[in-house]
Amino acid sequence: MPTENIATRQGKKKSFQKFKKYLPIYLMAFPGFLYLFINNYMPLPGLVVAFKTYSARLGIWGSPWAGLANFKYLFASDAWLITRNTILYNVAFIIVNTILSIFVAIILSELTSPLKKFYQSSILLPFLVSSVIVSYLVFAFLSSDNGFINNTILKHFGMKGISWYSTTKYWPFILIFVNAWKSVGYSSIIYLATILGFDRSYYEAATIDGASKMQQITWITLPMLKSTVIMLTLMAVGRIFYSDFGLFYQVPQNSGALLPVTNTIDTYVYRGLLELGNISMSAAAGFYQSIVGFVLVLGANLAVRKIDKDSALF
Amino acid sequence: MIKNKEERTFQAIGNVFMMIFALLAIIPIILIIISSLTDNDTLIKYGYTFFPQKWSTYAYTYVFQSGNNVLHCYFNSFFVTAVGTVISLTITTMLAYALSRKGLPGRNVMTFLVFFTMLFNGGLVPTYINYTSVFNIKNTYWALLIPRLLMNAFNVLLMKSYFVTSVPDEILEAASIDGASEFKTFYKVALPLAQPIVATIALFNGIAYWNDWMNGYVYLTDATDLYTIQNLLNRMIQNIQYLSNSASLSNASVGLASIPSVSVRMALAVLGILPIIVIYPLIQNNFVKGITLGGVKG
Repeated sequence: MPTENIATRQGKKKSFQKFKKYLPIYLMAFPGFLYLFINNYMPLPGLVVAFKTYSARLGIWGSPWAGLANFKYLFASDAWLITRNTILYNVAFIIVNTILSIFVAIILSELTSPLKKFYQSSILLPFLVSSVIVSYLVFAFLSSDNGFINNTILKHFGMKGISWYSTTKYWPFILIFVNAWKSVGYSSIIYLATILGFDRSYYEAATIDGASKMQQITWITLPMLKSTVIMLTLMAVGRIFYSDFGLFYQVPQNSGALLPVTNTIDTYVYRGLLELGNISMSAAAGFYQSIVGFVLVLGANLAVRKIDKDSALF
Repeated sequence: MIKNKEERTFQAIGNVFMMIFALLAIIPIILIIISSLTDNDTLIKYGYTFFPQKWSTYAYTYVFQSGNNVLHCYFNSFFVTAVGTVISLTITTMLAYALSRKGLPGRNVMTFLVFFTMLFNGGLVPTYINYTSVFNIKNTYWALLIPRLLMNAFNVLLMKSYFVTSVPDEILEAASIDGASEFKTFYKVALPLAQPIVATIALFNGIAYWNDWMNGYVYLTDATDLYTIQNLLNRMIQNIQYLSNSASLSNASVGLASIPSVSVRMALAVLGILPIIVIYPLIQNNFVKGITLGGVKG
């Protein structure tokens, strides 16, 4: 028995020494965790607001319970529209951006022009422009009084100006275009890096066999890109319940007439909270987004994991 | 012979496509730069155009002469970006380094706690209630610095894997045997080895802070003196009168009627992207490297 006692005492001493040794490391991790606690974990109990009739005066816990009333109302009114918009736009973004990015990446990988650097810098630049400024750029083209399109292009063809900010039918195209403008540069870099990582000997062998450039692209580059495309698409599908708030709120300039085609879950939650003062409804939509979003991210990751374990997030 | 011809056709077509894409990307930015340098009456008469009949630098002189307000917002942007980036980089790097230390008791749990924030978040409503009712950050500088932007799990994990792969354990052990303290080892040994990722994350943080408008939009309801240039631009496009009103308060000699609001607005938008355009050539390579690192892995 005494030997065991000594052993445990030594064990305790050891674990204390270990703790003492690692104490500075825990201290280094502390500020980061403090922030995650404040910014990410502390708000989580607040999700319960979705089940309450919230009043700022009574606070989260003092407000009376509402059961599922907020959700009943949400699903009877706007849930369908905002879900449809969020998902359809994301699907369109995934398709358009993937095709354009691969196209750009393949051309850039084969190009020998001295302008290559200029091309790449130019298409990446929009990624660094804030949504507010993007809304100014779009306004410079679409403003009904001064806009470039109404005043120069349409006038040139003798056509009447269009009041863009109140006509819904153009906006799906405008938003898909603006989104591609902003993000194709970014994703083409990922594809380009993948292509440049391919084993060049495939291409050399194909050239010796007399394969044309188009044949090399169709039979070597595209098939080898397949796994990256699947991976990035699955990741994007995991985020399909989320939308770029700036794109859908700033670029249409919060125009009420455009809401049927620009309202997404994120803009809906924002408006409910800060413009309409309907916090409970907004919380219900936010809760719906958090839960479905979580399930989708998990699902997408499981799928990625099945295909390629190394590319999965977890 | 045939090969060369095909190659030449490919290069030609490829150049044409890329030229179109490159121009599409930068033309909108060129349009607002030209508009900001166009005479205001010409703008109102002919609209925004690439070849204005009359040029003018009036918008910029106006901004710098009467725009206390504008320069103040500009200063706020620089201040928030600088302070935010430094704090953000410090806590991100320290946390990433801690998570990269093999043998740290509780490392897996800690990594999971960071990672979980990428999978699940409460969203705007609980976050807003938390920040406004518990921390009272409405209408303070904290509102611009803290919510959402100070640290994100993705950057932490990106940096952590960089530490794991490019800072060998043996070097850390050697430093510890030489009697260096943990903090000194981090600062003198690990950090210099991780310099490329530190630069990349600093860049991501800096751009996120410079471009952010949402924190100001959500939390600065009354304190317009804390507005960043993005908030000012945002406010202006919503309310064209805003600048005229506040400018006439600060500088009574400028009559409301003479304010060239259209070109001035464009000049402010140009000022808003100017810092990014100026540093873009310097940061581009690092930025591309960062995208590649993050894109392939996450």
